[in-house]
Amino acid sequence: MRKNSIAAPLVILIVLLLIYAPILILAFYSFTDASSIGESVHFSFANYVTLFTTPELAEMIRGTLFLALGVAVISTILGTLGAMGSFYSKPGTLAAYRITNQIPVINADVVTGFSICILLVVVFGINKDTFFPLVAGQTVICAPFVYLSVYPKLGQMDPAIYEAALDLGASPAVAVRKVVIPQIMPGIISGFVMAVTLSLDDYFVATYTKPAAFDTISTYVVNATRGSQTQIKTALWALSTVIFLIVLVICICMNRNNSAKENRKVRKMRRIDT
Amino acid sequence: MSNSTTAPEPIIELRNVTRRFDDNGFIAVNDFNLTVERGEFVTFLGPSGCGKTTTLRMIAGFDRPTSGQILLGGKDISKLPPNKRPVNTVFQRYALFTHMNIYDNIAFGLKLKKMDRKEIDKKVKHVLEMVDLEGFEERSVATLSGGQQQRIAIARALVNEPEILLLDEPLGALDLKMRKEMQIELKAMHDRLGITFIYVTHDQEEALTMSDKIVVMNGGQIQQIGKPEDIYNEPTNAFVADFIGESNIFKGIMTGVRKVRFCGGEFECMDDVPEGTQIDAVVRPEDVIITEPSKGTVKGVVTGVVFKGIHYEITVESGKYEMVIQSTKAPGVGEEIGMCLEPDGIHIMIAEDHTTRFDADVNEDYSLEYNGKPIDADITKIVKGSALKEGVLRDSSGETIRPDNLKIHVSIEPTDIEMTDDTEKGLTSGEIINLIYKGDHYSYVVRTANGHDLIVDDEYLWNLGDMVGLIMPSDKMNFTLAK
Amino acid sequence: MKGMFQRKYLGIPYALYLLVFVVLPLVVIVTYAFTDSDGKPGIGNFLNFFTDPNTLGTLVYSLVIASVTTMVCLAIAYPTAYFLAMSSIRSKGAIIMLMIMPMWINFTLRITALKELLTMIEGNLARYPFMNSVIGMTYDFLPFMILPIYNQISRIDKSLIEAASDLGADRAQAFLRVLLPLSMPGVISGISMVFLPAMTNYVVLDMLYNSTYIMGSLIGSYFSAYDWHGGSTISLILLIMICLFTLFAGNDDEGTVRGGSIL
Repeated sequence: MRKNSIAAPLVILIVLLLIYAPILILAFYSFTDASSIGESVHFSFANYVTLFTTPELAEMIRGTLFLALGVAVISTILGTLGAMGSFYSKPGTLAAYRITNQIPVINADVVTGFSICILLVVVFGINKDTFFPLVAGQTVICAPFVYLSVYPKLGQMDPAIYEAALDLGASPAVAVRKVVIPQIMPGIISGFVMAVTLSLDDYFVATYTKPAAFDTISTYVVNATRGSQTQIKTALWALSTVIFLIVLVICICMNRNNSAKENRKVRKMRRIDT
Repeated sequence: MSNSTTAPEPIIELRNVTRRFDDNGFIAVNDFNLTVERGEFVTFLGPSGCGKTTTLRMIAGFDRPTSGQILLGGKDISKLPPNKRPVNTVFQRYALFTHMNIYDNIAFGLKLKKMDRKEIDKKVKHVLEMVDLEGFEERSVATLSGGQQQRIAIARALVNEPEILLLDEPLGALDLKMRKEMQIELKAMHDRLGITFIYVTHDQEEALTMSDKIVVMNGGQIQQIGKPEDIYNEPTNAFVADFIGESNIFKGIMTGVRKVRFCGGEFECMDDVPEGTQIDAVVRPEDVIITEPSKGTVKGVVTGVVFKGIHYEITVESGKYEMVIQSTKAPGVGEEIGMCLEPDGIHIMIAEDHTTRFDADVNEDYSLEYNGKPIDADITKIVKGSALKEGVLRDSSGETIRPDNLKIHVSIEPTDIEMTDDTEKGLTSGEIINLIYKGDHYSYVVRTANGHDLIVDDEYLWNLGDMVGLIMPSDKMNFTLAK
Repeated sequence: MKGMFQRKYLGIPYALYLLVFVVLPLVVIVTYAFTDSDGKPGIGNFLNFFTDPNTLGTLVYSLVIASVTTMVCLAIAYPTAYFLAMSSIRSKGAIIMLMIMPMWINFTLRITALKELLTMIEGNLARYPFMNSVIGMTYDFLPFMILPIYNQISRIDKSLIEAASDLGADRAQAFLRVLLPLSMPGVISGISMVFLPAMTNYVVLDMLYNSTYIMGSLIGSYFSAYDWHGGSTISLILLIMICLFTLFAGNDDEGTVRGGSIL
C-alpha cells in the first residue's frame, strides 16, 4: 500500500552508514600497522598487543571498570531505595524527590561536575586522591537514572501484593525484601546497567573530580588525542574495536531475546486484529 | 422507514472479495459476496477475527482486496485510495485528532475540500446540533466523555455527507446504558438521513436491534445474510444458531415426513427434509413447553434454576442430553418434568460435514508423517495389493512405487480426535476459537498455527483460547490414495 | 504502626544524598557566582561576563553552533524516525537498537574514530572549525534526536492517519495536518536533548581541533585557572538557560532516552 517502499530503507541505510562508517573504518585500521587512516597498510596485531601489554593502559581500563561497577552498585542501592521511599510518600514529598532527581538528568554534565568539585574540593577541602569526590560525583549522574528506571515498575506492580504479604504474616521489612524487590527487579537491573554505561561514558565529572594520577577511559583518550604518542593512539583504536565488539555481542543477545518475545506478541495481536 | 418507499437500488457491491495477508498467508476474508442497497442499515456480525473489520476496511479503502471487486454505484473502486472514496468511517476508538479542537476536527474534511469558511461554520454548527453537542466548537477532545467523543466522531464523518457511513464497533468502548441510548439514536439518525450505514459489531443484540440486514460472518466467510428475524428464526447452520441468541442444538436424524428424532424423542417439525438425513436441530430456550412428566415428549430432571429477571433459566438433564429452558414458572431442582415442542419451535439444519482432511507426507522408508510427527499406518494396506520388500514398495503388478509419487489423503471424524493440554502431544495443536454445546457434547473449532480450522467433538468443557494438542489415533483415520 | 518501619523511610538515604550532592552544590554555585574573589557579594561576575566581548562572543557562538547542530540533527533524524516508525518491516527493534548501540561506546572513542576519518578527508581539521564542530556534535548526539521522535511517532494511533485519509486528505495533507503536529512532542524532547549538550560538551570540539569557543569550554578554562567564581557564574548562566529551556519544552523522555530506552 505504501509507495515509498524504496525511500524508507534507503534513508535508514544511509543513516546507519553515517553512524557506523567511522567506527568500522577505525576497526579495520586497528588491525594494521597504519599510524593514521588512509595509509597503505599491512595486517598487524601490534595495536592489540600494545593494548593488552602496556601496564598504563591495562591499569586505566581496570580502573575505569572498577569505578563503573562501584558507582553502579552505590547508585543502584540509593536510586532503588529512593524510588521506593518516594513512591510510598505523600504527593508533596514525592514531587520534591522527582524535581530534585531530575536536576542532574537535565543539567549539563560540565555544570554538575564543576559544582561537585567546588563543593567537595574547594568548600569541604576533601582531597581528590581519596576518590570520594569522583565516586560521589559519578553517583550524582547515575543514581537518578536508576530512580527513573525503578519508579515506573513500582507503579506497574499490583499494590495488593504488598498487603497480601502482610496479610500472610510478613513484617513490612520482610514484605519489601521478599515481595516488592523481586517484583521491581527488572527495573533495578536495567537501572544498574544504565549506571554502568553512564559511568563508563562520563568525562566531565571525572575530569573535575578525579585524582591527578588516575585516568578513566574518557580522560585518558582525551589526553591521548592531545599528545603525540602514536603507539598509544593506535592502541586506543584497538580498544574502541574491542568495546564495539562487546557491545555488539550484548545487543545481539538482547535482540534475540526481544524478538522472540515480540514475535509471540505480534502473532497473538494479528489474530485478534483481523 | 423513510427509505422503504424508494425502489431498491444497489449502492455498493462486493464481488468475490478475498483478503489474504502476505506475511502469514492468513485468509481474513474469503470469497465475500454482498450487495447493499441505498439507504440500508447493514450489519457485519461475528466473533473477533471473523473478518468483519477487514471487510469494512476494504470498503473504506484502508485495505485492498487480494482478489475480487468492490463496486460503488456500479464503478470499481477497489484501487481507489480512501481519500477519493465518498465513504466516511466512524472508528472503533474514535480516532479524533487530539491536537485540534472540536471545530477543527469536524471541519477537517470540509477544509480539505476548500469549502468557503462561512459554509463550513454553518455545516459544523448544524452537525453538532444533530448530535446534541451545540456550542462544543472550542472544546478540546480531552475534555469530552467517551459518549461525547463518539458523537463527535459521528459528526465528523457525517458532515462530509458521505454516500455510505461505515461504523467499526463504534459503541464498543461505551458502558451498557450509554450503548443502548446510542443504538436508538444511531438508528433514528439513519432513518432521518437516509444514508447507507454499514455497521460492524460482535454484539448480536446490537445487530438485531438496529439492522435492516445482517451479515453473519465466521472464519472469513459469510455464514448467513438476512433480516434480523430470519437470522434468529431460521439460522442456516449451527454457528449462526449458537451465535445469535441462546439455543439448544442437538444432533439428530429425520425419521419421516416432517418428523425428526433428537434428544431421545421424536418430534413433529415444519421443515421438509428427506427421511434419514443427518441434521442439527435448533430449539430456542423460550420455545420449550414444560408439562407433567407423563405428558412430555421427553422427560428430564431439573438440575438448575437461575432467576434472570423476566424469566427463569432452567437446566434439565434428560438421559445424556442437556436442555436449557426459559420459563416464567420455575420447577424445583430435582423435580422430574416433561418437555414438548410445537413444530414451529424446532428449526432443522442439514448437518455439515465436519471431517478433518489433510495430506500425509510419505518418507523414504514409506512411513507416513504429518507436521514432522509419525503416523502409525501400514502403507501396504493403503495402496491396494502392494507389498513392501527390502524397503521398496511394489504394486500388484510388481512395479516399483516411489515415495514421492504417493499422495495420501487422511480424514478423521470430529468425535475421533482427542484433545490434550500438552500441545507437543498429538499430530498438531491449536487454539480453541469457538465452541458450541450440542446437547450431549461440545463441538470445538480449533485453529492451528497455520490458520486451519478443525472441528473436534468432546464431551468435556474446555475454555475458549485454550491451546490444545490434537491426538488423532491412526486406527480411526481413513486413508485414501490420491490418483 | 507508629514508630515502626514504614516504606517511605526507605527513601531517606537517597533524600539525604540528593540534598548534599545535588542541592548543596547548586547553593554553592549561586553563592560563588554572586561573590568576588575576596568574598564580597555583588553582581560583578555577571557584569564582567556581559560586558566582555570575548565571553559574550562565546555565548553567541555556542548558541549558533547549538542551533545549527540541532537543525542538522533534526533534518537527518526526522525522516529516519518517520520511515522507521511507519514502515512495515519487522526488524524495527533491531534497527533502532543499531541506531542506539554507538551510545554505549565511550563517546571519546567514537569521536576519535570520527576525527581519524575527517582528518583523512579534510587534512587539518582546524581549517573548518565551525563545520567540524557541527559534524562532531551531530555525530555524537544524533541518536538522542532519532529515539524520542521515533518513540513519539510509534505511539501515534495509526487510525488517526486513516481517519485523515478517510476524510479526504491525500498523503501529504495527512502528514502535514495530522502526523507532523502529533509528533511535535518527540521533536521538542529531541531538540532539548541535543541543543543543551551542543552548548556545553566542549570535549568533542577539543578533541577534533584542540580549541573551542563554547559555553562549556569557559567553565573548563576557569577550572584550569582555579577561578571558582568565574566558573560558577558561567554554570549559573547555563543553569538558568537549561531551566528556561526545560520549562518551555518539558522533557519527560530524557530519563529514558539518555539512559538507553532499549533496556
